[in-house]
Amino acid sequence: MILRTPHSVCPERVRPPPERRRRKLRPETLRHTNGRSRGLWRVVDVLGGHPPKGSGAALAPDLSGHRTEGGKGVLRLPSFSDLAESGLRPFQRTEVGALFWARVKERPLPAKRGNLMGRRTPLFELHQRLGARMVDFGGWDMPLQYGSQIAEHHAVRRGAGVFDVSHMCIVDLKGARVRSLLLRLLANDIGKLKVPGKALYGCMLTATGGVIDDLIVYLLGESWFRAVVNAGTREKDLAWIRRHAAEFGVEAVERTDLAMLAVQGPEARGKAVALLSAVGSAAALALEPFFGGEIDGWLVARTGYTGEDGFEIMLPGADAERVWKALNSAGVTSCGLGARDTLRLEAGMNLYGSDMDESTHPFESGLAWTVALEPRERAFIGREALEAIRARGPQRKLVGLLLEGRGVLRSHQKVLVPEGGEGEITSGTFSPTLERSIALARVPVAAGASVQVDIRGKLHDAKVVRPPFVRHGKVLVS
Amino acid sequence: MSNVPSDLKYTKTHEWLRTLPDGTVEVGITDHAQHALGDLVFVEVPEAGRTLAAGEPFAVVESVKAASDVYSPIAGEVIAGNPALAAEPEAINSDAYGKGWLMRLRPAAAAAPQLLAPKDYEKLVVEEGS
Repeated sequence: MILRTPHSVCPERVRPPPERRRRKLRPETLRHTNGRSRGLWRVVDVLGGHPPKGSGAALAPDLSGHRTEGGKGVLRLPSFSDLAESGLRPFQRTEVGALFWARVKERPLPAKRGNLMGRRTPLFELHQRLGARMVDFGGWDMPLQYGSQIAEHHAVRRGAGVFDVSHMCIVDLKGARVRSLLLRLLANDIGKLKVPGKALYGCMLTATGGVIDDLIVYLLGESWFRAVVNAGTREKDLAWIRRHAAEFGVEAVERTDLAMLAVQGPEARGKAVALLSAVGSAAALALEPFFGGEIDGWLVARTGYTGEDGFEIMLPGADAERVWKALNSAGVTSCGLGARDTLRLEAGMNLYGSDMDESTHPFESGLAWTVALEPRERAFIGREALEAIRARGPQRKLVGLLLEGRGVLRSHQKVLVPEGGEGEITSGTFSPTLERSIALARVPVAAGASVQVDIRGKLHDAKVVRPPFVRHGKVLVS
Repeated sequence: MSNVPSDLKYTKTHEWLRTLPDGTVEVGITDHAQHALGDLVFVEVPEAGRTLAAGEPFAVVESVKAASDVYSPIAGEVIAGNPALAAEPEAINSDAYGKGWLMRLRPAAAAAPQLLAPKDYEKLVVEEGS
C-alpha cells in the first residue's frame, strides 16, 4: 500500500502547477484550487526577467524539502511571512493571492527540519513529547493524533478533550468605524452583536457570492472586534480584510502572540474552570453559549467545532504548555486534528476548502442561516449576487448522507440522484459515534430521500439526512 | 519501534507474506503500516478464486482518515479472504501479523517473488521515518 497523509485533514502538499504562462502574468497564476491558499507557490518570475525553464525545479528542492512534480518546480512556502525569509518578494498583491519574484541568488535557505518544515505553534514540542503524529495542515505542523483517533473522538463526546488550534488566525480589528467595516465584509449581520463578548459566525463573500472564508467574530469593545479565521486562508483573508479596513480607518492586527486551545466535551467546562481564579471560574461558568469574556487575562469563549459544550481559550503563547499539561492532569484527553475532523463532521459543521470555497455560495453550502438579507439596506459584499441567486432559486444544496451498508464515504466521490443529475461528496468519514459512514454532499436541489454513491466503481445506497448527525452526545439521525 | 517478525517476508509497499506448511501463503499489512494508517474501520478482502498478478491491488483497507490499496506480493490464486475482518477491521490494528491477515493465496507455478528479508524491511521503515 502507499502510505500517505489523509486528504481530509491534510491538504496535499504539492499540486501540479497550472500550465506555465510565457507572457503576461495574471493573478490567477497563483490562485490555488478552491481559491484556497495552500501555501504553495509557483515561481512565476525570477528577479530581472521571466523564469528560465526549470528554475522552479531548481528552487523547489531547496525551498520545499525535495519536492518537484513531473519536472515542474513547485515552491512550497508555508506563509507570506516565511517568504521574506526565503528571499521571495511579492511584486504584486491581488485579490486572490500575490505574485512573486524569486531572488534565486540571494535566497537564504530555511533550516531543514526533516520531512516537516511548516510553521509551529507554541505547543509543537509538547505535541512531540506526547507522541503525536505530526502532519502538515495549511502550512502548519500539527498533531493528527496522539494515540487512537477514535478514542480521542469518544473522549470528547463522553468526557473532555483538548485541541491545539493555535494555527487559526486571530485578528484584532480596532477603529471607530470597525462596525461599519464588518457590516460590509460579513454576510451575517454584525448588528446582531450588541453585548460585549457575544460571538457571531458568518462568511466573507466575494462580489459574486463565493465564500472567501468562514469565521467567528467576537465583540470585545465598542471599537474592538476579534475575528478568528482559518489557517489555510490566512494570507488571503488578511489581504482582503486590510484592503477594506483601510477605507474605514480600521487597523487589523494579527495576534501571533496568542495560542488557542479548544477544550470540548460534556465535562470540558468543569475541568477547564479549575485552572481559573475563583472569580474567573464563576465568570466562565456564567458564560452563555456563543459568548466569550476576558477572564484572568485570557479570552474564554463558549464556542467550539465539535458539537459538544466547551470553551475556546485564547491565551498568551507562553501559557499554553502549562495549561495543556494541567488539563491533561485533570483528565482532559489530548486530541488531534483527526478527531477534530470526525467530530465537526458528525456535528454537521462545514470545513472551508472542502464543503465550501470561492466557487460555491452559502445557499448551496448549508450556510443560508448565516446570511442576513435583513435589514435590506445593509450593503454587504456579495449581497447583490445572493439576491439574484435567491430570486432564481439555488440549483444545488448541501445535505447529509448516511451510508446504508459497509464502506466509507470520502470527499469527491460521485453521488447519483434518482430524481436526476449528480452531485459530489464534499466531506466523508467513518463516524465513530454512529459506527457507520457519514458525509456532507452537494447535490441537485431535486434530490430526495435517498441517493447512490460511487465508491471505487460500485454503487452504494445512502440515505439523505439533515445534519447535524450528532449533537451533545446524542445521535440525531437514523 | 515497529514490530517486524523474523519468520516473514516483506514488500516495499508494507505487505507481509507467510509461507504455510502446505505451500500456500498468507498475506497481510505490516505493523508499521497499520500504525501509519490509524484506526481501521473498513476492509474489503478478495473473493476466493480470483487470480492475482504480482503487485496487483487485492484489498482495500480504510482507516478513519484514508482508503489504501493493498498489493499482492506475488502472483497466484486467492484461496480465501479473511472473513472476520468485515465485523472486526480493528483486528489489523491489534494483531497485524495474526488475526489481521487479509488473504490466503496459492502461488502461481512461475512465481519468483522479489521480497524483502525482515532486516531489509526494518531498514526501509527506519528510512521512511516511522
